[in-house]
Amino acid sequence: MSDSTKASAGFDVAYVARLARLHLEEGERAQLQTQLEQILEYVDELKAADVEGLAPMVQAVETENILRSDEVMPGLDRDAALSNAPEHRLDLFIVPRILE
Amino acid sequence: MATLTELTLGDAVRLLNEGGTTAVGLLESLLSRIDRHDGAIGAYRFLDREDALQQAREADARRARGEAGALLGVPVSVKDLFNVKGQPCTCGSRMLENYRAPFDATVIARLRAAGAVIVGRLNMDEFAMGSSTENSAWGPSRNPWNTEYVPGGSSGGNAAAVAADLAFASLGTDTGGSIRQPASFCGCVGLKPTYGRVSRYGVVAYASSLDQVGPVTKDVRDAALLMNVIAGVDPRDSTSLDVPATDFTATLGRDLRGLRLGMPAEYFDVAMDPEVSRTVRAAIEVCRSLGAEIVPVRLPQTRFAIPTYYVIATAEASANLARFDGVRYGLRAKADDPLEMYERTRSQGFGAEVKRRIILGTYVLSSGYYDAYYLRAQKVRRWIRKGFDEVFHSCDALLTPTAPTTSFRFGEKSADPLQMYLSDIFTATVNLAGGCAISVPCGFSSAGMPVGMQVIGPALAEGTILQVAHAYEQATDWHTRRPQLKG
Repeated sequence: MSDSTKASAGFDVAYVARLARLHLEEGERAQLQTQLEQILEYVDELKAADVEGLAPMVQAVETENILRSDEVMPGLDRDAALSNAPEHRLDLFIVPRILE
Repeated sequence: MATLTELTLGDAVRLLNEGGTTAVGLLESLLSRIDRHDGAIGAYRFLDREDALQQAREADARRARGEAGALLGVPVSVKDLFNVKGQPCTCGSRMLENYRAPFDATVIARLRAAGAVIVGRLNMDEFAMGSSTENSAWGPSRNPWNTEYVPGGSSGGNAAAVAADLAFASLGTDTGGSIRQPASFCGCVGLKPTYGRVSRYGVVAYASSLDQVGPVTKDVRDAALLMNVIAGVDPRDSTSLDVPATDFTATLGRDLRGLRLGMPAEYFDVAMDPEVSRTVRAAIEVCRSLGAEIVPVRLPQTRFAIPTYYVIATAEASANLARFDGVRYGLRAKADDPLEMYERTRSQGFGAEVKRRIILGTYVLSSGYYDAYYLRAQKVRRWIRKGFDEVFHSCDALLTPTAPTTSFRFGEKSADPLQMYLSDIFTATVNLAGGCAISVPCGFSSAGMPVGMQVIGPALAEGTILQVAHAYEQATDWHTRRPQLKG
């Protein structure tokens, strides 16, 4: 995307909502398109920041990989893990059929 | 004598230790005040009286056996996003309406170990996204100073409860200002600790590189007392910091001689309420009179804080909230195939602001836009961090307003998301940069709404910001003011 392009130019709320697995009603879609275009134009201010030579900052406090000894520790037991499942049978989470 | 519910956390502990009251006595007086006043305030979303009474009886029994605990027998309330075993944890969302937590968050386990009584769950903006509690699926909480005004957010239930003496103290979370802004709006103290000071295990995630747990309390000492209990490394959160244990009360009571406190021009230049600016400047003069050297500093990155925050926070949120797919927990909408199930579940379960942020976050991470938005925001974040690093070479801490305005009326900003986002401008920078900050009451607007001053420190400088906030607080009496509740 070139710097001259308007930030919101490529923004299609219906397409992005599909990527995010959100179904939008028509009225909702139109409103979000307008609001997000405004927000994106504001976010476009980031282009004015001089970030030449700066490394991206990913963490608030930078830590290296944290390792622990390879020992079994108690975790959430199966019944507890299944206790909030919308549908479960035996030890399994049940979902709508995936393969026809 | 003050009524029991007016006690600070520290005074309640002292009274318990002196035998002047019991855990059951404290809890019963609190529950009766909640019964009388919370209908008008709406701070709580869940109370389990029987369970709380049971915890209080146990605390009294422990004390009778000679056991000690930093918070033994004191009721503490928590934002509705901490997992407390057996309780709901709705996060202000229909998505989690019927969820029951199967485990305790680490901070809850630490509160219990210290003897605290977990009283109830406080209202919040859905998934901690918002600045007013207007985004709660269960309706907003109200500001005890004027119930036509918002309490701030997202930890608005916390601040409303603490300000109205409906909680002795509380735990909230702060991703871009969600502890400090409501504390400022309701006239209480709110501390956002350094990222990694406090475990996030069992805390529903919004933006994982920014989220931090912290206290909302009646005074600065109470914030330090809660930090003594909740801070520390946790093997279940690999981002928690393995630093030596600190007594967060150690610096309280020291004056400000020898401290250099920076006043960033950009935090006073932006379009802000002149009353807030004037009130905070007066508070800074009090800090000067207490011995601090006040130095002007510049943070030219400030105007980029909100765009940077909304790219990074929404990107992380879009990934975190992908877990709500109707499979393992939470809402599931009826559907014939999995894709339809995901889409319907998420559309029915999430409110408007959450959808807005998920879509924005998905967009800035999507192919073709990642470099222009997400990567660029991460570089600006580095620049914001460098700006703070530079000023902290010459200053021990910074003094700023917590928010550009005092509390606003319901509906005033809810139609314009961008206006709502701007209320985080002075707070979100700290989450981005990785420092710590506290909001302390410093006066009132002509409309009678509280104003907060923010003290910002570098990473792990909680001792310094608590010292500054405490010295200021003790030199003034703002923290002793209480709203007049009807009824």
